[in-house]
Amino acid sequence: MSRSDLSLRIISRTLAILSAAIVLLILGFLVRESAPALQELGLARFFTDPGWHPLSGQFSLVPMIVATLATSLGSVAIAAPLGIASAVFAHFYAPRTLAIWHRRLIELLAGIPSVVFGLWGLVVLAPLVARLGGSGQNLFTATAVLGLMILPTVALLSDAAIASLPRAWIQGAAALGMQRWSIVGKVVIPGARRGIGAGVLLALTRALGETMAVLMLAGNVVQVPNSLLSPGRTLNANIALELGYASTFHRSVLFVSGLMLMLVVSVIVVGISYRRGASDEWR
Amino acid sequence: MISTQKLSISYHGRTVLRNASLVAEPGKVLALVGPSGCGKSSFLCALNRMTDLLPGARVSGQITFDGQGIEEAFASPVELRRNVGMIFQKPNPFAMSIRRNIELAVREHGRHSRSDRQRIIESVLRDVGLWDEVHDRLDHSALELSGGQQQRLCIARALALKPQVLLMDEPCSALDPIAADRVEQLIRSMRGQYTIIIVTHNLAQARRLADHMAVFWICEGVGEIIEYGETESLFRSSANPLVTSYLSGRSG
Amino acid sequence: MSGGRFHASATTPTRRHQIPEFFTAVAVWMAAGLVVATLAWILIDIAVRGISQLSPSFLIEGVEDAGRAGGIGPVLFSTMLILMVTLALAIPLSLATAIALTERVDQDSRFARNVRRCLDVLAGVPSIVFGLFGNAFFAIMLGLGYSILTGGLTLACMVLPILIRTSEQAIVAVPNEYRYAAAALGLGRSATLFRVVLPAAAPALMAGVVLSIGRALAETAALIFTAGYVARRPESLLDSGRSLSVHIYDMAMNVPGGGSRAYATACVLVALLLAINATTTLLLHAAGLQGRSVGGKG
Repeated sequence: MSRSDLSLRIISRTLAILSAAIVLLILGFLVRESAPALQELGLARFFTDPGWHPLSGQFSLVPMIVATLATSLGSVAIAAPLGIASAVFAHFYAPRTLAIWHRRLIELLAGIPSVVFGLWGLVVLAPLVARLGGSGQNLFTATAVLGLMILPTVALLSDAAIASLPRAWIQGAAALGMQRWSIVGKVVIPGARRGIGAGVLLALTRALGETMAVLMLAGNVVQVPNSLLSPGRTLNANIALELGYASTFHRSVLFVSGLMLMLVVSVIVVGISYRRGASDEWR
Repeated sequence: MISTQKLSISYHGRTVLRNASLVAEPGKVLALVGPSGCGKSSFLCALNRMTDLLPGARVSGQITFDGQGIEEAFASPVELRRNVGMIFQKPNPFAMSIRRNIELAVREHGRHSRSDRQRIIESVLRDVGLWDEVHDRLDHSALELSGGQQQRLCIARALALKPQVLLMDEPCSALDPIAADRVEQLIRSMRGQYTIIIVTHNLAQARRLADHMAVFWICEGVGEIIEYGETESLFRSSANPLVTSYLSGRSG
Repeated sequence: MSGGRFHASATTPTRRHQIPEFFTAVAVWMAAGLVVATLAWILIDIAVRGISQLSPSFLIEGVEDAGRAGGIGPVLFSTMLILMVTLALAIPLSLATAIALTERVDQDSRFARNVRRCLDVLAGVPSIVFGLFGNAFFAIMLGLGYSILTGGLTLACMVLPILIRTSEQAIVAVPNEYRYAAAALGLGRSATLFRVVLPAAAPALMAGVVLSIGRALAETAALIFTAGYVARRPESLLDSGRSLSVHIYDMAMNVPGGGSRAYATACVLVALLLAINATTTLLLHAAGLQGRSVGGKG
């Protein structure tokens, strides 16, 4: 190997390792900053303390965890059917040109900043929801907008999974005299379920990771929500609201909540990537 | 002179060619013929170690260059490829100007002044009969050329490195008959200056071009060389009945 | 990604069979229509409310009265500086990583697999976590404070996975004929890469860069605690500066009566992103890679 080839290999590999190490660096810093709280307070207190009053030493994360799960799972419940339907639409129902434009719009939707979704939700959607009672800034509004935001992930990955199905399956089903709806329901969606499942899971990680739209729409009251129309505060929103002035244990607890988010999301991502195995289906 | 002794090639553990021993004499044209899938192209790729780039390819056996093993004769595969040029079935000029296509490798392999390079470009383009057609548009994209012109440009590009050996993998098969004829003429005109090893499915072309010929055949699923000799005498008579029937167009 | 379309409609004899067919079709059309209509609603809303506030001076003037008056000149300037820092770090790092990942012809070395897995996880990290990390590492540990530099470096970590993935695709998409031709001409690996492969991949590489700019422009949560809030024009990279997205957030949430100016800023941001979207499409088209999309993250 010539000298320039050798130095290319050394430099590129070193930088590749550096890129890969960033994720470990992030994890390391979260652990480092969380350590004081985890050591002094212990994990249990985040679940057993009576409430979230960081200035008087009460650090219950339960209300935030519940709100995070509620908005994330709720938004997936909205995005999954719509996203899958959208992919099915582009493949089986829309005329060719419409399908192309539909895909383009979905990609556009994927690129809209969360803060713009938040602004629209705040000014347009929240007043509409307020007619049901309250201020309109509640978990329902946040969940609906979040669902819209993560929809492209479901739609684009389902689209790809459907596109990678062998054509012969669909032709074979049609040759058996199956109708379109039963081909879709009995052949296409079961056949593409792994890809669609991965899309839904990735959408869940997006929802868990989203901050701005929820911060602007959920009302941010720290309480265990008792209905969809009650306001709530997610872990992400809590960090964004309090990191600016938090110090000592309070700051450390915020890093603990960040660590929780990162671990949950990473487990899902690694799970998808192992299930995907060595195949390069989505690359 | 380039020769191989007991060369075997496998992909991902599946042998495609075994025990191929051949000699290509300097300044002569050697044609490799035989049915598809019998390892002719793989053999060609092994000669300039292009097999290094093919996933899962393994080569065993000896390749010698002027009596030395290629590992001793050349410091690296890169060095080897500078001396053993290769022309592909499908013309593959880079999406760059005609000038840049020729200059690229020349610049990489030594210091030349601008006028040197201009001289090299003109001389190789003249050698392949392209100069009159393109001298006023050297800075146009090579992709604007016709297929036959592209193939001749690829030959010119290889000649610019002053190789001793040229490997050609069906260089005319992707071209229309007139362009193919043009390239064939070119190869004939290069006889004597370069050692040429050419893979071809066109037996008439092999007969027109080649001094020597090697016939590849699939035996028990693996490619082998079953006959080697002077082209004319092989066409007139071969001891091997398979070869006789193949060369007379009755099988293969 | 746009695979073949399958026409599977069959003429149907009985009425019993037509009912589910009909309702499925209605449901699918309605779902698609709902998605498109909502998107249109958002875009039209932004355009209608935003454009009325827009003027050339809005793009140039400084932020006055907490944003209720004046324009977004310094905000645009800070955004640009943050982007420049981001790209200055992310481009070389991602290009080198993509080169390392595509080094082997058969692609699947253990090294590459592990690096890719790390990058997959990095791509999933919530943006607020990037904010925490940037705050703890760049701002406090490296002592860069709330600054353009801190924000830009944090965003660089964030866009890295996308940029690496698109660069990798761009390099892999270069036809192997080019590599074989270059090798046959005796070009070494690095010469092949820099003289032949990268120039051929340039449009697709650019498309990846443009896409990453879009992601960086859209980001808010990672910037609040790294680049900070300050709405003045930064004097140096070590000054705090407010990005467009942070400005929208601040105007909408923290400034009573800031809503209309937030809309104007959102209009500018969305217009920039639409332009970026169009540029990416054009570049990918030029590279012959149209129809490739990357799932989005807001």
